[in-house]
Amino acid sequence: MKLSRKFVSDYIEIDNNLSIKDIAEAMTAVGNEYESASSLLPCTHLVVGEILECRDHPNSDHLHVCKVDIGSEILNIVCGAPNCRQGLKVIVALAGAQLPAGEIKKGSIRGVESNGMLCAKCELGLDHKFLEEKDKAGIHELPNDAVVGSDPIALLGLDDEVIDFELTANRGDLLSILGMAYELGAIYKKKVKDIDVSYTQNREDIHDTFKVEVKTDACPLFLAKKVKNVTIKESPNFIKNRLIASGIRPINNVVDISNYVMLETGQPLHFYDASRLGDTLIVRDAKEEEELITLDGQRRTLAKEDIVIANQEGAIGLAGVMGGLSTEVEEDTKDIIIESAIFDSIRVRKTSKKILRSEASTRFEKGIDPKRTYMAIERSCALLEKYADAEIVGGMVEYTTLSIQDTIIDISLEKIKKVLGISLEQDTVVGILEDLGFIVEQGETLKVTVPTRRMDIHMEEDLIEEVGRMYGMDQIKGKLPLLNVVTGSYNKTRREIKNKLVTLGLSETLSYSLIPKGEVTSFTTDTFTPISLADPMSEDKNTLRYSLLYSLKEIYLYNKARSQEDICIFEVGKGFYKEEGVYKEENKLAVFMTGDYYLDIQKTKVDFYIIKGVLEELLDYLGYQNRYTLEVDTNIPKEFHPGQSASIVLQGKRIGVVGKIHPSIVSKDAFAFEISLDKLLENRGTRMRYKDIPKYPEIKKDLAFIVKKEVTSKEIEAVIKKTGGKLLKEIEVFDVYTGENVKEDEKSLAYSLTFTDINRTLTDEEVNEVFKTVISQVEEICKAKLRDK
Amino acid sequence: MNEKKEQLKKELKEAISQITEMHSLNELKVEYLGKKGKITELSSNLKEMSLDAKKEFGKILNELKEEATSLVEEKRKEIEERLLNKKLESEKIDITLPSKKVRRGSKHPMTRMIEQFEDLFVSMGYTVYEGPEIESDENCFQKLNLPKGHPARDAQDTFYLENEYENFLLRTQTSTAQVRAMEENHEKGPIRIICPGKVYRRDEDATHSHQFMQVEGLVIDENVSMADLKGTLELFCKTILGEKTEVRFRPSFFPFTEPSVEVDVTCFKCGGKGCSLCKQTGWIEVLGAGMVHPNVLTMCGYDPKKYQGFAFGTGIDRFAMFEYGIPDIRTIYGNDIRFLKQFDRKEEQNEVK
Repeated sequence: MKLSRKFVSDYIEIDNNLSIKDIAEAMTAVGNEYESASSLLPCTHLVVGEILECRDHPNSDHLHVCKVDIGSEILNIVCGAPNCRQGLKVIVALAGAQLPAGEIKKGSIRGVESNGMLCAKCELGLDHKFLEEKDKAGIHELPNDAVVGSDPIALLGLDDEVIDFELTANRGDLLSILGMAYELGAIYKKKVKDIDVSYTQNREDIHDTFKVEVKTDACPLFLAKKVKNVTIKESPNFIKNRLIASGIRPINNVVDISNYVMLETGQPLHFYDASRLGDTLIVRDAKEEEELITLDGQRRTLAKEDIVIANQEGAIGLAGVMGGLSTEVEEDTKDIIIESAIFDSIRVRKTSKKILRSEASTRFEKGIDPKRTYMAIERSCALLEKYADAEIVGGMVEYTTLSIQDTIIDISLEKIKKVLGISLEQDTVVGILEDLGFIVEQGETLKVTVPTRRMDIHMEEDLIEEVGRMYGMDQIKGKLPLLNVVTGSYNKTRREIKNKLVTLGLSETLSYSLIPKGEVTSFTTDTFTPISLADPMSEDKNTLRYSLLYSLKEIYLYNKARSQEDICIFEVGKGFYKEEGVYKEENKLAVFMTGDYYLDIQKTKVDFYIIKGVLEELLDYLGYQNRYTLEVDTNIPKEFHPGQSASIVLQGKRIGVVGKIHPSIVSKDAFAFEISLDKLLENRGTRMRYKDIPKYPEIKKDLAFIVKKEVTSKEIEAVIKKTGGKLLKEIEVFDVYTGENVKEDEKSLAYSLTFTDINRTLTDEEVNEVFKTVISQVEEICKAKLRDK
Repeated sequence: MNEKKEQLKKELKEAISQITEMHSLNELKVEYLGKKGKITELSSNLKEMSLDAKKEFGKILNELKEEATSLVEEKRKEIEERLLNKKLESEKIDITLPSKKVRRGSKHPMTRMIEQFEDLFVSMGYTVYEGPEIESDENCFQKLNLPKGHPARDAQDTFYLENEYENFLLRTQTSTAQVRAMEENHEKGPIRIICPGKVYRRDEDATHSHQFMQVEGLVIDENVSMADLKGTLELFCKTILGEKTEVRFRPSFFPFTEPSVEVDVTCFKCGGKGCSLCKQTGWIEVLGAGMVHPNVLTMCGYDPKKYQGFAFGTGIDRFAMFEYGIPDIRTIYGNDIRFLKQFDRKEEQNEVK
């Protein structure tokens, strides 16, 4: 909402010493934020001048050299406008003048001194929609009686200031000059002046020639009046300038008056050419697929939820949003039907969202004070009589289902204290409410009558807010609440997981949940119903991800394109899916690793065993040691390398997948895992318990086997473990070898076995006994050969 | 005997002073103190001595042995020290050569920010509550006093799920947690929560991302007022943004709070003097807050006559952008590794500002 200072000054007195910024800040302090507050025309150092002499520039075929009288002196100014001529009264920008295009400086143009600029209207910063062709073609021609040396902006009537407010959704009442006047009146303690709604009516009665039929419950109030014999012409300057300051383009006196009254009262009006409308106006729900050509010439197809204004022939306007072309006021219009009505805010909102947001629809959406519906129709008659020579037909067609009632609310000082946390005197509270134009009856509590224009006030809390905002919310002194002591908590496990991965050298990412639909099934073999959006912003963000790995892969590709190839990252986030009609969210952890990784203190390329190490370190740290396994699985997502990947199984249940990314997805060696944190944390480990420290020495024995390549270490370890018995405490793989002395299809695996007994010192003999059995069993079961030292 | 002792001592001293190498010292030690050494051999004289003389002789001999030993040991120490110094000298390295790295990861700046919020509020007895990101229209809007068709819905362009228009959506605000926390509290007693999390809106430019993060706070009790809200937010802003931060309440409107305020803090860039960031006002808007609307309390099963509460909400992205000086929100979700890796250390001022 653009507020013109001149316009609102018609209804409230504002101290001239207050700058427009002061006013804007004062409004902000009571809850009405603004976007900008400035002069309508952002220009300085302009003065009316008279061209005393205009000669051709000696070095140019189109420039003129002028002597311009500005009252205090005569300036030499070079001007290129074709309409520049002797005797013309013009707008002169002096040296030092600030114009939207920049500062005017003294200088010389093609060798001739120039001490200013003669201005075209388009150079003063007026929005394009307010400019005509002539405003751009040449310098502005002021009337002959313009006084040399005076302020040309004042002469044009554009010496106004404007605050552009960003109003909150509840304050529909401020979408009017009158509403703004009440608000400013409350701030500056001034009374709002009366609006002039006086006019004379002729002896005819509108009811004799015109009727209204309302056939929908979406129109609780409809008023119509008729005026005759209007003269369509240009509006007087004050109307045009107030419209311009408010951001509305002047058209002609009649159209301008409807907009002017809307700005004043907040009630949108519609004027119909009475001869084109006919004798009956119908308000009804649109028919499905009904067609209408709106004022802007567009053919619109309507739906049942739209409300239309119709005559006997069909729809002639989209109620609350835009009029129709067929009954528009035109140059030859003589008689007018004025509509002032209220339409259902939700339905107008739906229609305008679909078709067009207009000044009218914005106001209907926020609600209209029915008292203003009456005021606006009277005000428009008054102005049409005065500025369009209209003859006002007697009587008014009135349809209403409303009973206009004041809202009366009780408010107590005690409750104010309870909500705001400050004690206020009764006088202070009453003063604030009365300044706002509320009527206060003082008793045990305060009985407050709220004017109908304040449709946002329904209950005591609303009034408390009024008191608070006018008193100053910032006057409230902060204190810390006195509450019972309770223990707070947060998700510690998730933080531990992140901390662990960070210490393992991984960087946390944060990516979007929305991904392309075609990618939602990648990196998983689960069957699930994905969730898409009804109205996505783009095709690449139309579905909620199920696996986080697609995002991590994209992050890798993004970084690779920027020559960043050592990528070790993780993300904790949700996977989304639908199951039996219910929306599900599953917490997941994904890790992606490629390029260099520092292992101990050596730089090493990430391989399967590094990412496996990261996974094990995390799970063991969380207390899952010995409770999970990595299992070779044929049902691995196709985005993984089939020979370098495994399912992560926790107590018989698959909770994730780990492995190398398939070379067709990522050409470099890249590795990843993803686990369901929900499934993992369902089976939390048991409490940490102390174990006795062995008192007796350990005996370590190393051995190496040569086996066929397809034999897994896990198989060998299983045999060792079984034959090692209870004396065997630990098995560690310390070398894997292929190459010289080992056949092509074989590998050598070296193990270090630790034997110990908690109760006694072991003898070499008994350990050797076990050790020999281990060797013979592995050789037999795994078809292994003991490797000579 | 004493003479002999002194003579041997002198002889030994002279011999030791000539020695520079450990092996020569060892040889010398054998020469004097070994089994057949010059000093040891003296004890052979004992056999022929009287008891008294034996006593006298033995004493002197022992003294001599001790003194000789300590002379040798002194020399030994001297040589050892010299050898050690020589070894240390030879082991000198160029400490300016690059170190052998241990890889250090990094936490996302948003996580860091959230952890700061969590730590502060948990210390005040708040519980971190996390709701789902897919919400019903009812929880996200209707129960927050935003019925269908309410104009304030426009401010939050919503992603509805496919075939679920005005039914199921991606939450546009963490305020939905208010509704859930109140409904899940079956005793309908006091509540103290914060809810950090992802939210989604159909909007994207340099300052808006279609996915971003908010944190919502809610306190329900019998006696909490706007003054308590202000005190809480003052503590919050001072802790996160610095001790000198001032907090200003400006009246505003949110459908689910009444009264509602917007909360400004003194500009973190200029400290309130006025700069480009705060558009010369000295203030920056960081939070929305207010007293929980009686309609919301009622809809969630609370008696507004008995309970009232305050709620506040803020964009975490904004705090992170301020905290770390990140100019474009898209950087936060861009996941450039060179961005992520900048956050690989503890913040110097992490504890107190």
